Amino acid sequence: MDRPNGFKFVGTRPDRPDGMDKVTGRAKFGADATAPGMLHAAIVRSPHAHAKILKIDSTKAEAMKEVKAVVTRADFAEGLTGENWNILENVMAGDKALYDGHAVAAVAATTPLAARDAAKLIAVEYEVLPHVTDVDKAMAEGAPVIREGAADKSVPDGLHANVVRYHESGHGDVEAGFAEADLVVEESFKTEATHQGYIEPHACLGQLGSDGKGELWCCTQGHFIVQKTCAALIGIEASQLRVTASEIGGGFGGKTTVFIEPVALALSRKANRPVKLVMSRSEVFRATGPTSSTSMDVKIGMTRDGTITAGEGVFRLQGGAFPGAPADLTAMCAFAPYALKNVKQTGYDVMSNRPKQAAYRAPGSPMAAFAVESVIDELCKKLDLDPVEVRLKNASKEGTKSSFGPRFDRIGLVETLEAAKAHPHYSAPLEPGQGRGLSCGFWFNHGGETSVSLSLSEDGTVALSVGTPDIGGSRASMCLMVAEELGIPYENVRTTIADTATLGYNDVSHGSRVTYASGLAAIKAARDVVNKLCARAANKWGIDKEAVIWEDGCAKPAGPNAGDFEPLPLARIARTMGRTGGPISGHFEATPEGAGMSFATHIVDAEVDGETGQTKVTRYTVVQDAGKAIHPSYVEGQFQGGAAQGIGWALNEEYIYGEDGRLQNAVFLDYRIPVASDLPMIDTVIVEVPNPGHPYGVRGVGETSICPPLAAIANAVSDAAGVRLTELPMSPPRILDALERQAHG
Amino acid sequence: MQYHTPGSFEDAIAIASFAEGVTRFLAGGTDVLVQLRADIVTPDNLIDVKHIDGVTKIEREDSGWRIGIAVSGAEMSEHPDLHNEWPGIVEAMDLVGSTQIQGRATLTGNLCNGSPAADSVPAMIAAGVSVSVAGPNGTRKVAVEDIPVAPGRTSLEKGELISAVHIPARGSDGADAYLRFIPRTEMDIAVVGCGVNLRRDGKTITEARVSLGAVAPTALLVEEAAEAIIGTALDDAALETLAAAASAACNPIDDKRGTIKFRKHVAGVLARRTAKIAYERAGASI
Ligand SMILES: Cc1cc2nc3c(=O)[nH]c(=O)nc-3n(C[C@H](O)[C@H](O)[C@H](O)COP(=O)(O)OP(=O)(O)OC[C@H]3O[C@@H](n4cnc5c(N)ncnc54)[C@H](O)[C@@H]3O)c2cc1C
Repeated sequence: MDRPNGFKFVGTRPDRPDGMDKVTGRAKFGADATAPGMLHAAIVRSPHAHAKILKIDSTKAEAMKEVKAVVTRADFAEGLTGENWNILENVMAGDKALYDGHAVAAVAATTPLAARDAAKLIAVEYEVLPHVTDVDKAMAEGAPVIREGAADKSVPDGLHANVVRYHESGHGDVEAGFAEADLVVEESFKTEATHQGYIEPHACLGQLGSDGKGELWCCTQGHFIVQKTCAALIGIEASQLRVTASEIGGGFGGKTTVFIEPVALALSRKANRPVKLVMSRSEVFRATGPTSSTSMDVKIGMTRDGTITAGEGVFRLQGGAFPGAPADLTAMCAFAPYALKNVKQTGYDVMSNRPKQAAYRAPGSPMAAFAVESVIDELCKKLDLDPVEVRLKNASKEGTKSSFGPRFDRIGLVETLEAAKAHPHYSAPLEPGQGRGLSCGFWFNHGGETSVSLSLSEDGTVALSVGTPDIGGSRASMCLMVAEELGIPYENVRTTIADTATLGYNDVSHGSRVTYASGLAAIKAARDVVNKLCARAANKWGIDKEAVIWEDGCAKPAGPNAGDFEPLPLARIARTMGRTGGPISGHFEATPEGAGMSFATHIVDAEVDGETGQTKVTRYTVVQDAGKAIHPSYVEGQFQGGAAQGIGWALNEEYIYGEDGRLQNAVFLDYRIPVASDLPMIDTVIVEVPNPGHPYGVRGVGETSICPPLAAIANAVSDAAGVRLTELPMSPPRILDALERQAHG
Repeated sequence: MQYHTPGSFEDAIAIASFAEGVTRFLAGGTDVLVQLRADIVTPDNLIDVKHIDGVTKIEREDSGWRIGIAVSGAEMSEHPDLHNEWPGIVEAMDLVGSTQIQGRATLTGNLCNGSPAADSVPAMIAAGVSVSVAGPNGTRKVAVEDIPVAPGRTSLEKGELISAVHIPARGSDGADAYLRFIPRTEMDIAVVGCGVNLRRDGKTITEARVSLGAVAPTALLVEEAAEAIIGTALDDAALETLAAAASAACNPIDDKRGTIKFRKHVAGVLARRTAKIAYERAGASI
């Protein structure tokens, strides 16, 4: 690490700079954007899970005087290929509607109500086709084909056309490994799709002229990708579209692509007026990206002393009507926490008549952990071994050849397990009827393309521009890191999320990359500024630049000149910078690749009401390696958030499709995310095993926190109920069924 | 859509009698406005009943209570005496929604919305509550169990509305209770609801009414369940018979909120648990 003398600002907990705006209502979210002459749009959506679109008749809608434009697929770019084609097909259906809620047309009118009424007047003629929404059924012989020819070369012959990607990895000989085991447990698991449940529905305001120049304000995790994708989908040049990200009311991976933005732009181009488009909650559920649903088989062998001899997993992921379910990531994460001699994992990416899946924190990893960690738990129970000791015995460490190939760099799994073992929670006695569960979890973390710039004001304050929307308090962390480098107060740094015209390209705020990558870039940009400040001081003093150091916010003469001149504070240099060489700013652009892989261990206590099947999570402890916690409160917030969402996923959240292929529960009343009273206080332990790939040791923390909960809760519930739960969500009827099956042998 | 604010029941009846298309009364609006926004029901006439005299009062009546049709759940919970006499009705209404919803939602709206899962309805049925139905042909008194006829439908005729809710006198050695099952801890819809009202003489139950919600097209008054505990001291055998009778009375559907099997089973569990609470509240111990 670069700071042997420790930190002055990093590791403290100042208020977040965006906090006041958010609590006073001054913060502008997606739907807060307005423009003169603005129109309002509504989208017509398919009520069918799978249907040919025979005819779209908008004459009645267009006859309304309030209506200014109607668009269908014909109003978007033609000739797209690859993922852009998939995204366009999802944004606006072509020949077929592929899922309940698929957009087929859109209308812009002078008021929101008129737009809604007009949308109802657009008559769409469908020929309903057979549909499939379950992953196993979608792979089975005779299942309706979502799109012929969607599979890529990875898929072996003989599989159903809905299997579009195939992944296989591992090493050693699993059969030989199973033969060495004293006990082999094999179990099948299923998980339902869940939605990120971000509280802010997608919203945008688009303006596009016939000259191909446009502006877009939207709620997104990555406005640069929005710019690139929208430009492609509506057929304009990327640089002619300026995209500004609003404040964001949650994303969790679900706002890393586009749904409504190209539609607003296409309508605007046609109407020649700005168009605002805001999704309703039911549109969010029906037509944005939930997770994949899964069907998984896991087999693990163990010796009596707790050594895992082999692990094998088959992971089938349904990702909606498009390729892209993260079956490869699920497979790669499954056994990552363990140093295995023999391991094999297979993944299937399967299409079905559901909305296109999107990332939801650590895409694919939580389900894998659910299956693998449940089987490990079962082995521990049957062999009467301590779950922490078994995991410690098999844990991946620096140098371990990972289950997915590369050797691990410095990682902190063992440290999280040791901290979990030492935590009072792990040894606390349980009340009657309660059970305890434990699980580890793994996520890769990501670097990604990053650009930042940092500029000084004459008064000695600084402005940092980053291109990664703040989805978890990252502005506070950026300010802390810049304050640390420059040696000026936290309050003297302001971080802004700059628009696409103001800064170089930035990858989306995903992959837990922001505090790592934008943070690294902010530190480097600050060092760029420090260099320039030192040069100005050297110039003033008439000494070599190399003989000036930066310390405590001041340029100081060093080496042979030490003590010769009064230290020059940043504000003093800034005040005269116009006359001493011009404005000072720093910048940094890179694609950093040392994101630092991340592990966590969760401990959960749960209580099951044997008569109703209701589960209560009574105690929860998250232990996770953060590398270095820049702002510990927001690290803890990420830990708690992952656990809270995991509790929902494990216990009650699910996409429920009817026989007709329609989503049955597209409202928060029936899509049951946990309410505050459903959750215990979630305790957190921050472990810090520095990431060698970041100047301060930061590892991303946003995603790993959702990897262990499904498994840890399932292990706690299974312990409390005395029966293994293998299907999520573990809703009360499912738990009662399991208890009944158990009672009847 | 036309919005009306009648100042009297006569005016409300007149407007409703001549209204064309879909008519809705607006009490708290926590069902009506939600359904409007979700495109489920768009009324042609919306008749706001909150401007009618006396509709926000809770008053004594024949040693029981008269609850105005615009009294909110919060006003019931905060009333100094109502809760002591009818804790079951009050706790049932208090389960509706959140603090914000409690400031608006009414007993009458909960009943007339016609949801089989409405929380206050089984509690009212168990307590023997009746309502006044005012219409072009005068006012009639109707038992709560006779108001809902199917999901979303009531026995009220065109031009009729409820003008008051009547809770009977509590009398001695009696109590009521209500429990519902939801997968979460709040902000959810009953998968099963159960109201029990009983009276005892010493340890023996002398009168009882048991009602179940969310397990049939309308809330049920289950006489077999009541008979299972009348004459007993709520011993284990009585509780088992009660549970079996409650389960047997169910005629639920399989849907996103619960399966038939689950609802039947939990109806029995809740009947047992609710009866125990009512019994203890009535001053007996098991
Ligand atoms: C967030 C939320 C949570 C909820 N949670 C619950 C819950 O936990 N349990 C539950 O049971 N309900 C719940 N509800 C539903 C609703 O709040 C209740 O049904 C409430 O009691 C309705 O009362 P209201 O006064 O708002 O009715 P309104 O919406 O005003 O009216 C409902 C219906 O009653 C009719 N009506 C009203 N007054 C009269 C009258 N005098 N005569 C004839 N008909 C009349 C109307 O025409 C309408 O059809 C919830 C609603 C929301 C929005």
